[in-house]
Amino acid sequence: MYDLIVIGAGPAGLSAALTAYEKGLKKILVVERDKEMGGILNQCIHNGFGLHLFKEELTGPEFAGKFIEKIKETNIEIMLDTMVLKLDENKNIYILNTKGYQKLSAKAIILAMGCRERTRGAIATPGDRGAGVYTAGAAQRYMNMDGYSVGNKVVILGSGDIGLIMARRMTLEGAKVLACVEINPYSAGLRRNIKQCLEDFNIPLYLSHTITDIKCTNNRVSKVIVSKVDEAYNTIKDSEIEIECDTVLLSIGLIPENELSKEANITIDQRTKGPVVYENMETSVEGIFCCGNVVQVHDLADNVALEAKKAALAACKYVLNERTFEREIKVEVNKPISYTVPQKIHLPIDEKLIDISFRTNKILGKCVIKVVNSSGEVICKYPREYVIPAELEKINIPVSLIKDEKNNITIFIEED
Amino acid sequence: MIELICIGCPKGCKLLVDENNDHSVTGHSCQIGVEYGRNEVLNPTRVLTTIVKIENGIHNCLPVKSSKPLPKNKLIEASRFLKDIVVKSPVKTNQVIVKNILDTGIDIIATRDM
Repeated sequence: MYDLIVIGAGPAGLSAALTAYEKGLKKILVVERDKEMGGILNQCIHNGFGLHLFKEELTGPEFAGKFIEKIKETNIEIMLDTMVLKLDENKNIYILNTKGYQKLSAKAIILAMGCRERTRGAIATPGDRGAGVYTAGAAQRYMNMDGYSVGNKVVILGSGDIGLIMARRMTLEGAKVLACVEINPYSAGLRRNIKQCLEDFNIPLYLSHTITDIKCTNNRVSKVIVSKVDEAYNTIKDSEIEIECDTVLLSIGLIPENELSKEANITIDQRTKGPVVYENMETSVEGIFCCGNVVQVHDLADNVALEAKKAALAACKYVLNERTFEREIKVEVNKPISYTVPQKIHLPIDEKLIDISFRTNKILGKCVIKVVNSSGEVICKYPREYVIPAELEKINIPVSLIKDEKNNITIFIEED
Repeated sequence: MIELICIGCPKGCKLLVDENNDHSVTGHSCQIGVEYGRNEVLNPTRVLTTIVKIENGIHNCLPVKSSKPLPKNKLIEASRFLKDIVVKSPVKTNQVIVKNILDTGIDIIATRDM
């Protein structure tokens, strides 16, 4: 019987395992399906990682390396090339690797499976079905780890960070990136990436546009049709632009990977596609915690690692029987906030502050984020210069302000 | 006034650089913004991150970066130069892969063990 099993050895899993080890858990296992630790960081060869956590700018592999080095100094058990087939509510996992099939049990589980990319099917892009259409992350792996050339004349659909990073990558590798096409009137990526990945190389960004047809010649992409869309995302007639290209990269969002969670009857939030969590990153199943992109899509690996620490501390408290709470309250939202993480809060708790993160579904200028208790009183306010969908917004609520709350708190935004 | 987005960290501050006043910077939240703003107007640089081929590694490619930011107009040339470089495993993080690339005085170093 393990004290803790962590599923996934990316930034979330490694950070969680290390924290649990530092806090004194003895028997810790990390299960990873890839042949090495590091997860997606291994293919994110660009820099920009670690500024919050390590106070220096690191590339993905360097960031992962910091955790991997530390892990190697511990007796944390790492099982590579191992697939978790099933997780159940009693904290058993069923795994498969070259040694065969095994059932393993733990006092606590941390889910750190990350997310996967949305594909062409998810947005039903019409057209031919030839070669040359990749998700941006798959192309990134082919290029950065396997060393394949992905294409020469590229159109990127979606302006998520991975797509932007790939625009720069492919340009540096000698490909011509002809356009980045975004259906929303705003970019889904960080502003610095628009600057250093598109503008640095004069790659045009078409906002409020989408690909409405993909044409192939000899089973390879040869042309895309790009059309303008209106506010309701309907294509505008006669706005078509033809772009000759051989490659389409899709950077159209990520989906938390929760097949295992669902099988363990963990409640999933349809808004985040991740488990409903408490302030301590615990799921609806006691003793099963989660962190990182399996919960919600984060902007930064640094924040993933920090969230993982929180989950690990809570898992330690659970294993060591140090829990204090007796009841729970809900965190509700008003438009244009799409969701919050956590969705629920245990009370009473020892912590002084509760971090709440959320995204909005529209761009707001100068505004105030307000938290209201169930009696309708505003209990705290957070002024902001702007709030944009591309950036995960964070507030922290002093626990003293909600300690007597019995039902729920609501978060909303008022524009100035 | 030149408007810029700072790329020093994910915050992405909107900077204003006054080219008529000793390139003074406003709109920054930290010192990184001041330096970036000046540099970006006078001598823009970027850290180059790319790959070289590796033999007998766990993967076919080894990720590398420039030890310091390179002049922006050298990025593509440096990247092209690195296309023909092949190293042999084992390589350690920070190991120099190419010394003084394109006579810039800057090295290309490995960013992981492999």
